[in-house]
Amino acid sequence: MLSKKQIAQRISKELQDGFYVNLGIGIPTLVANYVPENINVEFQSENGVLGMGPFPTKENVDADIINAGKQTITTLPGASFFDSELSFGMIRGQHIDLTVLGAMEVSQNGDIANWKIPGKMVKGMGGAMDLVASAENIIVAMMHTNRAGESKLLKQCSLPLTGVGCVKTIVTNLALLTIENGRFLLKETAPDVGVEYIKSVTEGELIVSPNCKTMFI
Amino acid sequence: MISKKVHSVQEALQGIQSDMTLLVGGFGLCGIPENSIAELVRLDVKELTCVSNNAGVDDFGLGLLLQKHQIKKMISSYVGENHEFERQMLNNEIEVELIPQGTLAERCRSAKVGIPAFFTPAGAGTEVAKGKEVREFKGKQYLLEYAVEADFALVKAWKGDEAGNIIFKGTARNFNQAMCGAAKINVVEVEELVPIGELNPNEIHVPGVFVQRIFQGEKYEKRIEKLTLKE
Repeated sequence: MLSKKQIAQRISKELQDGFYVNLGIGIPTLVANYVPENINVEFQSENGVLGMGPFPTKENVDADIINAGKQTITTLPGASFFDSELSFGMIRGQHIDLTVLGAMEVSQNGDIANWKIPGKMVKGMGGAMDLVASAENIIVAMMHTNRAGESKLLKQCSLPLTGVGCVKTIVTNLALLTIENGRFLLKETAPDVGVEYIKSVTEGELIVSPNCKTMFI
Repeated sequence: MISKKVHSVQEALQGIQSDMTLLVGGFGLCGIPENSIAELVRLDVKELTCVSNNAGVDDFGLGLLLQKHQIKKMISSYVGENHEFERQMLNNEIEVELIPQGTLAERCRSAKVGIPAFFTPAGAGTEVAKGKEVREFKGKQYLLEYAVEADFALVKAWKGDEAGNIIFKGTARNFNQAMCGAAKINVVEVEELVPIGELNPNEIHVPGVFVQRIFQGEKYEKRIEKLTLKE
């Protein structure tokens, strides 16, 4: 089984040289720690910065420079600041190459739910609906099951949707799957996790790829 | 040059009344108009509709107005950082319209630049689409969204001149730029107000034509919501 850090590490292998990337809050944020050394990528934060750098030292903290998770950040040489409207312009206009975000549920046709539990939790969608509606390349980073042990990979989402038919790839603590023709396709299993176990905790329809292999972290 | 300078926050907010709609800049606590918010608390105006990306935290930003039940309705994209707000919302004590962040920004920009409505893919196929006109372009669904209508915009910038030209710093720009000019009266507070001629025209983010009143804020706390340091 993968730790949250290892999920991020696996996703980092999907980064390509020259990619502009938006990372959501939670596990996705960790992806920035594992950029392969031989490639250049730039991280966008939808509150208005491209070229996000690491968290600051105590001396370098600036209240005017934060990420979308409201954390203090630094910028790298070549960074730029812009306003929210332009920021979503670059998202809607598909100038961002990859979006990585968390989810509460994903369905086998690529629907995603991550913003609301009716009557219990209403935090809002933030930028997630804009991101999933426009991005060509979306990776979901999440645990395979919820705290009650129930599958988060479903035939149909039970929670209010964030976007429809938009998710392409899912990396969980157990597996890497893609969405193919309305079904989950199992492509990689986490080390020491069996295919049968993954099937047992995947409520949606699951096909095992003939090339299914053990994940390399 | 036309001067937009006013001498105090009291003068800047003259005309704000209960039941008005306000655009309030900022993302989280970054780039919020601290002095104007403090004055709204003092004025004790009520039944406000506030359009702002977030609702502040329990004891700062718009949270100060929530504490005193001055807000009737919030229009935001994300309100997860404010427990009092979540409580008021789940108990139906406050009306809330949650809209996608990019849609919120574009609704402000549209109002500013004279576009009555626009199509965006954000929210298509979700409950955000309820009651909205849906149109298909090149096989993809888009929702018709309308420009905001507001009485006042409360904007925070870094530097400004008396002509109302303003410059933002870092990610404190966020919604301030799109909101500045989107309301009937646009009020800007700056950390540093300089005489006309002292700002470089090449570096202006919002020209003074979009500003009706500008003043230098008395003080800025600039509270940090999530101080995160390098490990």
